[in-house]
Parts: sequence; structure tokens; C-alpha cells
Amino acid sequence: MRHWWKALGIALLLAVVCFGLGVDLAPALVHVDRDRIAPGPVELRITTYRTTFSQAATPRVWISNDGQRVCADRVVVVDATHLTATVDVPAGLRADLTHLVVLPPDGDTLALLDAFWTEGRGAGITDRPCAPSTDHAQAPGFRFPNRSLLTESIRNLFFHVPMWFTMMLLMSISVVMSLRHLRSGSLDHDGAALAAVHVGLLFAVLGLITGSIWARVTWGGWWTSDTKLNGAAVTTLVYAAYLVLRGSVSDPHKAARLAAVYNIFAYVLMMVFLMVLPRLSDSLHPGNGGNPAFNQYDLDDRLRLVFYPAVLGWMLLGTWAWTLARRLDRLQRLHDHA
Amino acid sequence: MRPSEIAAIVRLELALDLRQRAAWAGLLLYSVGACYIGFLALRTGTATPVWNALLWIILLFAAFNTLTRAFQREDAGRQLYLHTLADPRSVVIARTLYSMVLMLALALVTVAVYILLLGGHALREADVALFLLTVALGGTGFAAVLTLISAIAARAGNGVGLTAVLGLPLVLPLLLSALRASKLALDGIGLNITGTYLLWLLLIDVLTVALAYLLFPYLWRD
Repeated sequence: MRHWWKALGIALLLAVVCFGLGVDLAPALVHVDRDRIAPGPVELRITTYRTTFSQAATPRVWISNDGQRVCADRVVVVDATHLTATVDVPAGLRADLTHLVVLPPDGDTLALLDAFWTEGRGAGITDRPCAPSTDHAQAPGFRFPNRSLLTESIRNLFFHVPMWFTMMLLMSISVVMSLRHLRSGSLDHDGAALAAVHVGLLFAVLGLITGSIWARVTWGGWWTSDTKLNGAAVTTLVYAAYLVLRGSVSDPHKAARLAAVYNIFAYVLMMVFLMVLPRLSDSLHPGNGGNPAFNQYDLDDRLRLVFYPAVLGWMLLGTWAWTLARRLDRLQRLHDHA
Repeated sequence: MRPSEIAAIVRLELALDLRQRAAWAGLLLYSVGACYIGFLALRTGTATPVWNALLWIILLFAAFNTLTRAFQREDAGRQLYLHTLADPRSVVIARTLYSMVLMLALALVTVAVYILLLGGHALREADVALFLLTVALGGTGFAAVLTLISAIAARAGNGVGLTAVLGLPLVLPLLLSALRASKLALDGIGLNITGTYLLWLLLIDVLTVALAYLLFPYLWRD
């Protein structure tokens, strides 16, 4: 079984597509119709996502300010994802911002953190919790976390991010092959470097497309002036220039050598660029300018369970595509000789 | 690679350039002309970010203009002759050093003309020493990167056009760091913050020279 890794790659990607697109998101509290509360009775219209409220299963609703709770006096279920809750807001809440919490009878605690600006603040109130409170109920089942802004688009994590990992892998393969070409002078090594750049550019374009769609959904623009995006654009430009360089020299040995030198030079400068760039300016992209990457609290275990296989699967697919492109290059050269 | 060999090649370059006064005049004219166009387009009193950006764009294109020549003026015969005489590493180090010095001089002259035409109001609060240091490091960085690129393009036999295509994406890290460092220096922010960017510039300069030293022998061989 020499080809086990190809089968593994396909199996992983099939699983990633099935799970990545098939698994539901966790329920979430999406919207509440006001952003400030003042002392006195307040009616809140709450919109949730993927919940199953009904008259029989009325959730409990409370607001929480600096650890002190006030329960809703009356909760009316409008439909499965809409609620109306009346809260008698007391005077004297301590903190500026108040959270809104909804606890369905059968499931996860849903919270909208820092939902309200609080007016009429004071030194604190006596806690008024609703009957027995189970703080962190968690519904059984495997579901992806539901983050505000990201919502369903969080599944793009399994497609967008591995594209760039795979591209970096292929460009690294290409540099190694270029180094070997400079040592050996063999056109086969150069063909391998070229094949890796071709496949790497394909992944770069896919990464740009998936990233652009994701940016449209979360940030509202197809392209923003963002360090990661500029880095991606420049990387693509550099390798496009690599192809132009090859195209402008007719002697294959000379083209191979010049391209190898440019490839190594460009790769090192790209690495420096990708290190410098994030430090130059703020960025909307996760992992830059104060935005958390998908780190321990963002990329939780449920996402990881699909994300790591996705990275491995795409890398295996990319490597496979590279070996195919390399074989094509060899055949082309044989054909040219014949 | 011997220092005397490098010095000899630098002297050769200088002699060749001194023989072609028109080329020098062309470079200077480009700088003055570009600054004058900037002046006509913006007049004086532009905001500091614009002042800064325009200066670096002029410097960038001055660098392209100057350094595409580094390996272009050589015909095959003379190259072969040099090949038999000198170690390729000496050639590339000498030419990189020469380009750096040339670019440094050109950058300083350009800055002077630019300030003369567009006004020095941006320098009022500036840390002038840091600003000049940024210009020097940025200019020499452009020189280092573009010398190697120019060598590749010259070997590919399609000089000027290819240098721009290959060079533009690769000078971006330098350009962005330099823009940021010089903006900070113009705002009068001290070495403790600006220093990071200057270190990046220095790192890129050193890295480029090292890569040129390692890679050039492969370009040289035919």
C-alpha cells in the first residue's frame, strides 16, 4: 500500500466536508431590541438562533451585573426563536455593563455579554436569583460553537485556513527543490520546484477566494486593507513574478537556474515580510492587532476535532497534486526530447 | 574574495560611471523632476503622511531607475573577461556596495531637493537624525535588493521590464518598514519605538547582502 496516504487524505477531507458542513451550530442569543436599561420595568424582545422554545418549555431569563442577578418577572414565548421578557430593573447596579442570560429548560445557557449600558448605577443590590439555578447547563451532542459575527461562517475555518498552510508547505517544498537544483543542476529538481509553485499558487488563489467570502460575511467588504490580506496578495505577486521570469528565458537550464535563485531569494524575503507585516499595523484578522487568533478559548475542542484533520487532509491533497504535477512535467520533458 | 579585489571592482565601477556623466545627470534630473512634479501636484503645506508617502514613492522609483543599470551595461565579452579575472562573490559584493553608496548619495540629494520644493514643515517636530538614518537604511536596502534582482534580470536578457516585475513585490517589506519608521521619526517619536523598524530595515539589508553573496555564483556560471 504505497498510496495509503492519498487514501488517508481523501478520507480525511470527506470526513471534514461531512462533519464541517453537517454538524449544527450550538444555539445562541443573537439580538435584544435595546442596548441600555434604566431602573423600572423593562420589556426585552429577545431573538435567538437554533433554539426550540415553546409554551410548554419556557426558558428562564435574567440579567447579570457584576455577579448580581435580577430575574425576569414574566417570560412569554413568541415562537421557537423569539421571546419577550419583562425585567424590573432595580436602581443601584454596580457595573457599567449588564449581561443578558437565557436558560432554556433543556439546554445550554445562552448569554449576550455586555448587552446593556446600565443607567442609575449605585453601590450594588441584594441578589435576586430565580429559583434553583444551575449555572452552566450543557446540552448533550456535538455542535460547533456559535460566535457572534462568525455564526455559520465558522465552518470556513476548515477550508480557508488550511489553504494557506498547504500553500506554505508547497512553497517550502519548492525552495528545497530549488536548493537541490542549484546543487545538482538537474532539470528534474527544477521541474519539481516549478510544479510546487504551480500547485501552491492554486491553493493561494483558493485561499484568497475563501478569505474574500469570509471577509464579506464578517467584516462587510470583499477586500480590506489588512496586513494578512496584503501579505497574501504580495505572496501571490511574488510567485506570479517567478512564473514570468521563467517564461522570459528560453534556454531551459538557464531558466531553471535563474528561477531557483529568485525562488530562494524571494522565499527568504517573504518570510521576513510575513514576520514584519503584522507588527506594522492593526488588523481585523484573528491573530493580529489585539484580535485573538483561534486560540484556546476561541478555537475550542469541538472545532479542533475537525480543524486538525482538515489541515492534514488538505496538505496531503496538496502534496498529491504536487506529485502529479511533477510527473506531468517529467512526461512533458520526455515528450520534448523525443 | 579579497578586499583588494572588491576595492578594484568598486574603482572600476566608479571609473565607468565617471566616464558617463550623462547617466549621472539623468539620475539627478529624474529626482529633481519627480520632486517638481510632486510640488506641482501638491504645492507646499501638505499633511505629514502625504509628504512622507510621496517622498518614499519618489525614492523607490529613483532606486529602480538607478539600479536597473547595475548589471545591464555589460556585454557578454566583457562579462567573460571579468569572469576570468575575479571571484563572482567579489563582483557581487563590490557592486552591491557601490550601488548602496550611489543610492545613499542619490537619496540624500533627493531628500534635499524634496524639502526645498515641498517645504520642510513636516520636519518641524521631527527627529531629524532618525529620519535621515531611515532614509539611509531604506535607500541602501533598495540598492541591495535591486542589485541582485538586476543581476537576475540581466542574465534573463530582458533587463528593465523584468527588474520591475521581479523587484516590486520584493522591496515591499523594505518600503513598508521604511514608510512607518520615517513617519514615526517625522512625528518626533524617539529611538525606543522607531528603533524596532530600523532594526527590521537593517535585518533586511544584511540578509539581502548575505543572500546575494551565497546565490550570485550560481547566476554567474553559464
